[in-house]
Amino acid sequence: MSPTSMRVSRTGQGSNQGRPWEVVVDGDVVGSLRKGEAIDLPVEPGEHALRVRAGKYLASPERTFETGDGRTVGFSCRARPQHPFIVQRSLFLLIASLFTHQSWIALTPDEDYLTDSGKTDSGLADSGATDSGADSGGTAATDTALEPGTVAAPASLWSSLPRRPLQPPEPSAEPVLTVNSLTKRFGRRTAFSEVSFEVLRGEVFGFLGPNGAGKTTTVRTLGTLIAPTSGSATVAGIPLTPENGVEIRQRVSIMPEAPGLYLRLTVAENLEYFAGLYGLHHPETRITDALDAVNLGDRAGDLCGGLSKGLRQRVGLARTLLSDPAIMFLDEPTSGLDPVAAREVHDLVDGLRQRGVTIFLTTHRLDEAEKLCDRVAILNTTLRTIGRPADLRAQLFKSALIVETLKPLVDPDALFHSLPAVESWSDLHDGTYEVVVADPRLAAPEVTRRLVAAGADVVSIGEAQHSLEDVYLELVNEDVEARKQ
Amino acid sequence: MNGLDATRIRAVVRKELRDYRRKRAIVVTMAVLPILFLIEPVVTIFVAPPTAAGGSLSKDLVLPILYLLLIPTVMPSTLAAYTVAGEREQGTLEPLLTTPIRQQEFIVGKAAAVLIPTVAAAYVVFGLFLAAVALFAHPVVATAFFHQGPVLLALFLLAPLLSTWAIVVGMAISVRASEVRVAQQLATLASFPPVVVILLLAVGVLHPTFALALEFAAVLLVIDLVALRLISGMFDRERLVTGAKAV
Repeated sequence: MSPTSMRVSRTGQGSNQGRPWEVVVDGDVVGSLRKGEAIDLPVEPGEHALRVRAGKYLASPERTFETGDGRTVGFSCRARPQHPFIVQRSLFLLIASLFTHQSWIALTPDEDYLTDSGKTDSGLADSGATDSGADSGGTAATDTALEPGTVAAPASLWSSLPRRPLQPPEPSAEPVLTVNSLTKRFGRRTAFSEVSFEVLRGEVFGFLGPNGAGKTTTVRTLGTLIAPTSGSATVAGIPLTPENGVEIRQRVSIMPEAPGLYLRLTVAENLEYFAGLYGLHHPETRITDALDAVNLGDRAGDLCGGLSKGLRQRVGLARTLLSDPAIMFLDEPTSGLDPVAAREVHDLVDGLRQRGVTIFLTTHRLDEAEKLCDRVAILNTTLRTIGRPADLRAQLFKSALIVETLKPLVDPDALFHSLPAVESWSDLHDGTYEVVVADPRLAAPEVTRRLVAAGADVVSIGEAQHSLEDVYLELVNEDVEARKQ
Repeated sequence: MNGLDATRIRAVVRKELRDYRRKRAIVVTMAVLPILFLIEPVVTIFVAPPTAAGGSLSKDLVLPILYLLLIPTVMPSTLAAYTVAGEREQGTLEPLLTTPIRQQEFIVGKAAAVLIPTVAAAYVVFGLFLAAVALFAHPVVATAFFHQGPVLLALFLLAPLLSTWAIVVGMAISVRASEVRVAQQLATLASFPPVVVILLLAVGVLHPTFALALEFAAVLLVIDLVALRLISGMFDRERLVTGAKAV
């Protein structure tokens, strides 16, 4: 049976910073909507009841709808227009809501998002929300054959957690974070200088750098904990200014390196506290969903003091999910974790990525960045480079073949230079050579033939693989050398 | 309270009260300290000779009654000193500061969480003390005691105000202190200045009247409100996170 989904969009004029409306399906709050946003929710086939509400008395009428196999339904909601004679709007709303409290929000079917199984002409089907989204989310993950050695995303991940607007699997071109020449100095010490980059919506952005490079200070600055010395930034569409601090913090969530839990409180009590700090009025569903998302649903009543470091980190991650943030800042989320716990966190982050959550991940674990991030930036007080890991490798390292022979070649220089495809070569160690070529795929057969013709015993020949670690070390070593000079 | 979010303040209060309940040292301190402060006044009242009724007795009774005001003065200072320094020490301050909570909401929530149990404990002890005097003290002493109208008014009126003073001062120290222990010691010391007025009353330099009680309460209220505003200004996120002031 194909998964079914439902899209609810909120239309209307104005900024994107209005009070969020709650989306209620079958009596449960399943998400929130700001102006101009839309959310997509997986729903079981069958009949459901939908209502959108702005408060206890300001709501839409309840609409029932039916979903079938692979069928997607869409609704749009908007505030009903106010009559021009209403001057005291708040008072009028208060009085009127006592009588017609189910008519303040218009909730209408959205024909653009009606699809049947197999159709791909609408936004939902194209975006993969019905297929890839569910697969990554978890319910379908159990149906997906896993390669040996891979770990399935937690089955309950994002099963019913409030979601961001529909995100395509690829990051959209819309930046959710823009940083321009941002600098922070503490007296004479410069934490980071002239840093500029953009993070796109739905992207997992890796922020790498050695200890003391300014990664955490950058996160703190973008999270409005620290004021920048100069430069500007826009976080979740809001300019980074002291006046906008509360608004920005409402729209982002930050998980510091240490989860910082109250050890005498239970897991649920910790989350309840933070839900209150985010101003959530009825956070029970959010807490349950956030805990389910990190596979801690059965540990809600445990005291945090009794949890392992890995579990505490998961609670910290659940805490960042509570507010349904536009961007999540994860500051070294696997720091100090054992490989199993680290892998669990990777899986969770990967699950979030596949759901289109924008993640800003600071780390100095390069394997982590390579595995999880769409793009990475390497910071060493100044921004050294930025791009996709593959592009960075291509920028820094020429494509090459690694040739291994049983015995060292008699005259490698003559052999390699006689090949037109070879640009240069170097002897790595006894019998192993790096041969720089324009296109390793095209050059490999020719090089092999020539080696065999020359009587060399070829053990292996393959494309040189440069990791992100190579890129990182290259750049950081350049900095070290520059400082020495 | 303009612009403050009640949900956030409630969240802070609820969490703090939960945390207190689960910390044995706090529960024991809050239970034992008031009882210790109750002993001296009870002994004084119960051993007071009924022959000394009248003006002399009345004067002798002022000090033990006002002694009870040490409960709302001393008790909150250690809790208040923990509010920020404690969060910093246990690593919970930064996650807290990443939320949308405003500094005023944080301060009001933390202060209320200390004020509620402190004043409740103080009033319970006051009630027990009054009941003990009414039931067990010599009738002459009891009558003289209950004629101390201004002092009794001061007892109930000043308890929350002295508590608030101790809390505000304790939090101010907590914001700047690097260690909880240092903060607690300084906060306890700093909570005492208002008690000087009470001592002046007790030694007879000032004479307890309703007007004096109300005037002292009004002045203390103004000082508390001003101090609350001042502490909001001290609550600088950057300083709290990095130890350096924003420039």
